[in-house]
Amino acid sequence: MTRKLEVLATGALALVEDLGRAGLAATGVGRSGAADRAALRLANRLVANPEGAAGIEVVFGGLAVRAHGLLTVALSGAPAPADVDGTPVGHHALVVLRPGHVLRLGVPPTGLRTYVAVRGGLAVEPVLGSRSTDVLSGLGPDKLTPGTMLPIGAEPDELPLVDVAPVAVPAGDEVVLRAVPGPRAEFFTDVGALARTTWTASSRSDRVGMRLEGDPIERAGSGELPSEGIVRGSVQVPPGGEPVLFLADHPVTGGYPVAAVVLDADVDRAAQVRPGQPVRFVLVPPPWKESP
Amino acid sequence: MRLLPCGDTGLLVEVDGLPEVLALADAVRAAPPAGVLDVVPAARTVMLCVEPGTDLTEVRRAVLGLDVEPGVAPPDGERVEIEVVYDGPDLDEVGELTGLGADGVVAAHTGTPWRAAFGGFAPGFAYLVGGDPRLEVARRSESRTSVPAGAVGLAGEFSGVYPRSSPGGWQLIGHTDAELWNIDRGALLQPGCTVVFKALS
Repeated sequence: MTRKLEVLATGALALVEDLGRAGLAATGVGRSGAADRAALRLANRLVANPEGAAGIEVVFGGLAVRAHGLLTVALSGAPAPADVDGTPVGHHALVVLRPGHVLRLGVPPTGLRTYVAVRGGLAVEPVLGSRSTDVLSGLGPDKLTPGTMLPIGAEPDELPLVDVAPVAVPAGDEVVLRAVPGPRAEFFTDVGALARTTWTASSRSDRVGMRLEGDPIERAGSGELPSEGIVRGSVQVPPGGEPVLFLADHPVTGGYPVAAVVLDADVDRAAQVRPGQPVRFVLVPPPWKESP
Repeated sequence: MRLLPCGDTGLLVEVDGLPEVLALADAVRAAPPAGVLDVVPAARTVMLCVEPGTDLTEVRRAVLGLDVEPGVAPPDGERVEIEVVYDGPDLDEVGELTGLGADGVVAAHTGTPWRAAFGGFAPGFAYLVGGDPRLEVARRSESRTSVPAGAVGLAGEFSGVYPRSSPGGWQLIGHTDAELWNIDRGALLQPGCTVVFKALS
């Protein structure tokens, strides 16, 4: 019998995500993939999957899934309280689901996105080499709905090495993100203002970007910028002066100046920031030596 | 050539104009520095996206050492022929704006090969350059709320084909049945490829 995971409830939003599609940006297709890649990787490592296997990204808890067949799962990211048929189970730990068992996630006390990895990975049809849903370009599997049956791939040869990983969960208070000024810092009277303001994550944030509210950043002059490529972590400042921090499903190019770019390792933490949570930037120098 | 910082996973290279963009993108694709995952050319820049952990000092050194000669014939990219029915709602107006007349626009659009310079806007959309310079027309003063998939348009120095129905402000001169985008294959027009339009009567 093919092993499957049946979706019973999804909460606000539950998507299939892996590590995304690389190499296609020049044709307008972004990378996408898990918003918190470190969390998906960890969940996959716990069940001895390859790090890039597809799992479920759950926003703000509320997922319920029923096992068809014997499945081993692990949770990571936002520490949503979880139970299997009413018995609480741990975060960052191996959980065995027997046929018919129902795994339920409550609302996480901190963080935003919880990841569920299944040993063998979710075996939905890949699109352009990835099983990720890109909400901006509409590529990849549909968002999960009650009744969705997720096929599970063959279990890898490797066996899980640890039962539980002692990893910190996302912070509930102010989140500090390291960012390198540029590429368009000169479009602003003082890019340092980005670091002097305590921003608030807006409820209009999504997988495309986190919108920040606070004292608007002042533009120097009104020069126009032709569209150019942007990377995950870019802090773009539209004419209103309130920044947008681009996340997994960011557009491939953009026409507003990017004041700074958050370091890659910190973008995963940014993806766990909840609406209303304070965010601060610390500006750091570019990670290279000047003289070639 | 100006190298601009983009965090620890990007390097934005700014050049003088589109010929330099194309030459630089060709040079990087021909000899990608270690760690480069994505090369994203745009109107005046080429973004290099790198694998996290890549030594950007080395990437910078490699880019600065590239032999970039704009204007040199592009490497033999794939040649894609697109059959077009020239019946667009703006064809007559473009004929007047350019002084070529509708037939002259068709002759100019089909008479010179184009080159896919860069993508963007929507999956599968390619900005085509290098066509007949007499076809340069401004965008429509008001954008249409819906342009059908397959519409062939002109804007500034560019031509392009809408991969799917979307809003758009380009001057529409015709339509094609060519499948610009397909989720198994991706984009029909890959950056660097040569595009030749052929008129269907």
